[in-house]
Amino acid sequence: MNIFFQEHAQHAATDTVAAAASHGGGEGGADMMHHILDARELDFSPFGHIELPHFPPVEIGGVSIDLSITKHVVFLWAAALILVVVAVTAARKNSRDRVPRGLGNLIELFVVFVRDEIAVLNMGPAGLRYMPYLLTTFFFILIMNLSGLVPYGSTATGNVSVTGGLALVAFVMIQGAAIRAQGLGHYIKHLTGGVHWALWPIMIPIELLGLFTKPFALMIRLFANMVGGHIVILSLLGLIFIFRSYIFAPVPVLFVIGISMLEIFVAFLQAYIFTMLTALFMGLGIKAAHHDGDAHGEVEPYV
Amino acid sequence: MLDPNPGLILWTIVTFALLLVVLRKFAWKPLLKALNERENTVRNTLERAEAAKAEAERALEENRARLAKAEEESQKILREGRALGEKLKQEMTEQANQQSRRLVEQARQEIERDKEAALSQLRGEVSALVLQVAGKILNETIDDKKHRELIDESLRNLPKN
Repeated sequence: MNIFFQEHAQHAATDTVAAAASHGGGEGGADMMHHILDARELDFSPFGHIELPHFPPVEIGGVSIDLSITKHVVFLWAAALILVVVAVTAARKNSRDRVPRGLGNLIELFVVFVRDEIAVLNMGPAGLRYMPYLLTTFFFILIMNLSGLVPYGSTATGNVSVTGGLALVAFVMIQGAAIRAQGLGHYIKHLTGGVHWALWPIMIPIELLGLFTKPFALMIRLFANMVGGHIVILSLLGLIFIFRSYIFAPVPVLFVIGISMLEIFVAFLQAYIFTMLTALFMGLGIKAAHHDGDAHGEVEPYV
Repeated sequence: MLDPNPGLILWTIVTFALLLVVLRKFAWKPLLKALNERENTVRNTLERAEAAKAEAERALEENRARLAKAEEESQKILREGRALGEKLKQEMTEQANQQSRRLVEQARQEIERDKEAALSQLRGEVSALVLQVAGKILNETIDDKKHRELIDESLRNLPKN
């Protein structure tokens, strides 16, 4: 994909990417992916760029971890900072005002939505305990999704490592909720699927695989949706350079406006889906505690 | 594009964990608390309003019933009063009629009696006058027996009334 875009870009859009090429993106190539991929700098062309600090990789357990601050780390932190300011302001306002207005009202709208339509709907009253986690996930993903639509912005959730990190947290929360509700013994027993012990060597790996599939799907879904929208926008803009005509330019621009509006919708939708599915998986573990038998063959909606 | 970057994964997890801790304490707890309090207030207020409304409706119904009862009572009193008045009127008229009749009767009897008295007196006086006049004319004395007979005869000849 990367190579395709590189070739494509070099054929069609040499003029524009020439500038980007001189900076040398994260991939060392000049292409549209420069906008999507992580980078070691913040690009503000044509106003120049900011080099980000580079740390030598740390070796932990045979894995080399590069903790350098990259573009997506910056936007990760920017989103976190915006969220802290917005949420704390909203909390202050709502604790003070009897009737919430403005920002407090807006945030509360989402808080009520997450509580009623995500937490309580999927987990019942037990879900209220996980509200802080669900709210943080929802708002954090939402702001990261939206930040890619701002000029010079970048979508951190369009990076598979970021969504992978979020999915890992979700994995811990899903298993934690299940263990908390069922007890560790029952939880491990559940992994055997309630079948004859002779089948355990088959059943246990399948169940374990099932545990990892859910967050893996979360990771890919969010990443692919975010990166997909950007690729569509960039491809449409690329048409201008393919046709080499200013007269033609308004057409792709109109399309890009349409896709951008869709992107805004998708940003909200994917934040909702990620949070909702996490709550659903947590709810499955919580509901399994209420089953009398430990049989796993009962109807359990896997989404 | 699909190569995972362990450093970025780590940063994501660390950032998320810190964010969760900070927001949990400074944003979500106060927000949810304010929300719950407000929802409770709204629920209580609604319940109280509902109760007050029911109470008011009950009072209204009671008042209406009471008013209807009072209306009925007043109608009854009016009816009774009217009947009583009618009866009294009739009784009084009757009484007055009877009295007037009695008075008339009395007056008639008195007149009758007076007439009777006047007549007998007139009779006496006339007989004396006649006697005197007759005596004068005849210039003779008639015995008393003859005298009586004459008088009676003349009286009989006197037209009635």
